[in-house]
Formats: sequence, structure tokens, C-alpha cells
Amino acid sequence: MRPPSPRSNSPARLLSLYAAMWRNSVTREMSFKANFLLWIVVELLWFALQLAFMSVLYSHTDSIAGWSKWEVVLLVGCSNFLQQLFTAFFLTNLTDVSEHIRTGRLDFMLLLPVNTRFLVSLRKVDLGAYINAACAVGVMVYALHRLQLHPTWLQYAGFSVLCLSGLLLHYSLTFLLCAIAFWSVRAQGFIYGYYNLFNIARLPDSAFPRGAFKAFFTFGLPMLVVSNVPTKVLANRLESPWELALALGVAAVWFALSEAFWRFSLRHYTSASS
Amino acid sequence: MGRAGCRPQVRKYLHVFAIGIQNTLVYRVNFLFRAAFGLIPLTGTLFVWRTIYREKGEGVSVGGYALASMVSYYLLVTVVDAMTAVAEDDWQIAADIRDGNISQFLLKPLDYLAYRLSLYLSGRLIYTTVAMVPVALFLLTMRADLLPPAGWTGILGFAFSVVLAGLLQFFIAYSMALLAFWVLDVSTFIFIQFAFEYIASGHLFPLDILPPTLAAVLRLTPYPYLCYFPISIYLGRVTGVDLMQGLLIQTGWVIAGYGLARWMWHRGIRHYSAAGG
Repeated sequence: MRPPSPRSNSPARLLSLYAAMWRNSVTREMSFKANFLLWIVVELLWFALQLAFMSVLYSHTDSIAGWSKWEVVLLVGCSNFLQQLFTAFFLTNLTDVSEHIRTGRLDFMLLLPVNTRFLVSLRKVDLGAYINAACAVGVMVYALHRLQLHPTWLQYAGFSVLCLSGLLLHYSLTFLLCAIAFWSVRAQGFIYGYYNLFNIARLPDSAFPRGAFKAFFTFGLPMLVVSNVPTKVLANRLESPWELALALGVAAVWFALSEAFWRFSLRHYTSASS
Repeated sequence: MGRAGCRPQVRKYLHVFAIGIQNTLVYRVNFLFRAAFGLIPLTGTLFVWRTIYREKGEGVSVGGYALASMVSYYLLVTVVDAMTAVAEDDWQIAADIRDGNISQFLLKPLDYLAYRLSLYLSGRLIYTTVAMVPVALFLLTMRADLLPPAGWTGILGFAFSVVLAGLLQFFIAYSMALLAFWVLDVSTFIFIQFAFEYIASGHLFPLDILPPTLAAVLRLTPYPYLCYFPISIYLGRVTGVDLMQGLLIQTGWVIAGYGLARWMWHRGIRHYSAAGG
């Protein structure tokens, strides 16, 4: 029997590695159970806060730019769902990257026989975020019920694909920002700034007037696309198939850019210790 | 402390203040980014409000706010926030306790609360100065909807009330951070407190657009005095007797906050085991 080649990055191997990282994370989280539960409460509170904000707005109006109250709840739910999935997979790992670079721990990771980007991006799993993502799904299901919507399987499939591409987009942009850490110690500040942008992702896109702001956050950093388009698919609000193309296309472009920038950065990496 | 000791006492903390300024100046670029990035969600919220007003028709008011006063409200939230928010203070205090660094303060003729307050004030001075650049530019683009203060009472009352709000904010953060005497990780408690503060202080929206009973309940807490109350003075929505009464209550909360901070420190020190110190 032949041992797997040391640079093998086959999906099966990556999956088994990820399972091992999962087990590590469970062990880590369970050593601080109370803290684990409290973090879930913190995230739920912030989610409730966003919903409260919207319900206060809708206590003074019936529709905002054509969106009814429960459609916006669906949107806020979708946005939070994506944000929690992003947290579950990537957030802590990506904020750690600048530390790996600063302390020289990245050298060690580069030597491991696995794709470094994979390792750096998915090392730790945030378990609480899965629970919060499930809560977001609960809110979306309730909103669909209140809207008396019964999406078809095709709509659910489209929603899932768009959510994956949205996740890929958030990940690629944040990864790009954290690769800045190869040059500057301020990368964490950029990631913090990016996290700020989640705040506009949960607002209905049609509330924004045509202009530089909307164009930038639609075609450049597509915050107004990432959770709006999947929500529109579920709520039968899609205006044209071009919205789908835009959501998928921009995510693909940013992913390609982030990979190119990562490779470029690694080529220019001179370890902290040398 | 004799009467003669008063001057060196003050000078000591002025020195801490100066050191604090030097230390926080290092973070000026971070502050600039933070202030600038913070304007993006604000722009989003304002667009949504403008849409609501446009769709409801010209000259309409929401909870007694015309469009201009609503926009002004949010702009003033940004200003009050820059001047009073705690940035790293609570994390640093908690870390000082956890790592045993406060042991040295128990030995020095330095009061930890006054020391932290000096650092907080220096941090706010630098942050406000740096944030003024993007915020002022932003206010300039929004000047059509930015209402002037309601006369001299508006501007003086606002300034006075913001100072009280800053003190209250500091005492709340300080007391929360002192929980580190009893628990290992205070960050969850700080975030939970902050979530309540965010909604009850009027950060997210002016409190008087809430259902009246809910707004009345929130007014019984110290939170509205952190943000909503000073802004209401600026906009001339509290005047005369209400204004005086409000400032008295706000002062009362500041004193209560100070008392809580002192009491928690007193209890905490007895509990403190100087881990690693």
C-alpha cells in the first residue's frame, strides 16, 4: 500500500482534515461551556436588535421601497444567516492571519503538507455560530410563513447556491484584506472595517437611490447584492436574471482576485524571523 | 490629604493624561479608519429613512420628527459617540486585573479610577480630534438637513450634558470591566450590556418613536442619558423645567455610577488574589 503523496490536496483528504479540526474545536469550546453559551446569547441579542430596529421602522410605515415588513425580516434573517456561516467557518481564522505573520508561525504552516490557504482559512471552527445560523433559518422560515410563501424546490436550490456564492464573496474579500498583513500591521483594522459593512447588507437595495454609493456597493463591494438577491429569489421579487448573474459573477471575480493576491503575497513573504 | 497636597494630586493625573495622549496617538490611523468606516452604515440608515419620508409624502413627521430633525438626530449620534464611547478602556482594565497588573497600583499613591479616567479622557480627546476630519466632511455633505442647535440653551445644555454622558459611560464601562475580579472572561458581559445600551440609549433610533409605554420604561434606566438626552437638548425637544429636571437626573446617574464603580472596586480588591502578580 502506498502512503498518500505528501502534497496531496484531494477533496477526501481535506475533508478528513477538516473533520479533525472540528473535533479539536469541539474540545476547545467545551472547556469553557458557560462562555460558549454566553457568546450564543450575545449574537442572538444583536440579531434581535436588528429585527427590533426594522419592526420600529415598520411601526411607522407599511412598506419601504416596495418591501413589506416580513420581506425585510426575511432579508435580515438571510443576512444574519450568511454572517453567522461566515463566522462559523472563517472569521477567527482570518483575524488570526496577521498574528501568524507577525509571530512567524506562518513558516510552520507553509511547511505542512497541505494547501496553506485551506489550513489558514479553516483551522478553527466557531461552533456557536452554527447555532446562531440555525436561529436565523428559524426566523426566515417564520417570515416565509407570515408572507404565505411556498417557494418551489428550484427556488430553494437557487437560494442555496446564492448563499454559497455570498459566503464565498465575504470570505474572498476578507481574505484579501487579511493578506494585507504581509505588508502592514493594520490588517486587523481592515477586517474590523469590513465587518462594519455587514450592516448595510441587511437593508433593502431599492431603498438606495441611484448614485455612486449604490453603484459601488452593487458592483464593487456588492454588499447590496449578497443577501438581497437570495432573499428576492425566495420572495419572488427578482426583477431580472441579470441579478443572479451579477451575484455569482462578482463572487467569482473576487475569489480569483483573492487567490492571485495571496499567491503574490506569499512570493513576497520574508519570514518574521529572517 | 492636606490642602497643600491638592496640587501635586492634580498634576499627577495631568501627567497620566499626557502619557495617555502619547500612547493613543500611535493609533491615530486606526481611529481615522474606524471613524470613516463607521460612516458607511450610517449612510445606509439615512438612505432608508429618506426613503420612508419620501414615500410618506412631503412634510410628514415620524414620532414628531420631520426629515431634517431625524437626519440631524443620527448625525448627532455620531458626534456624541465619537466624544464619549469607550474604546479599549474596558478591555485594558479587565486585562490589568486578569494579569495581575493592578497589584502595582495598590502599592503606588495613585488612585486606579482617577488613573483610568485620565486615560479615558485623553483617548477621547485624540479620537474626537481624529474623527473630526471624516465626520466634519460628512456633516458638510449633509448640511442641508443638519439643524442648528436650539439657541444658546441648546448648545450649552448639549455640551454640559455630553460631559455628563461621557462620565456616565466611563463609570458603566469601568464597573463592567471590574467584573474581571470574579469571572475569567468579561467580554460576553460587556457585549450583552452594550447590546442593551445600543438600543436603550437611542443609538439605533430616537426613543420617542417607540411605543409610549416602552419609551417610558427606558427613561427609568440610565441609558437614555448616554445619547438620547443630550441630542434632545440640542434639537430643542427638551426645554425649560424638563431640561433642568433631566440634567438633575443625569447628574444623579453619574453619581450613582461613581458609587457603583467605587463599591465594586472595594469588593473586588477583597476578592483579588493577585494572579501572576
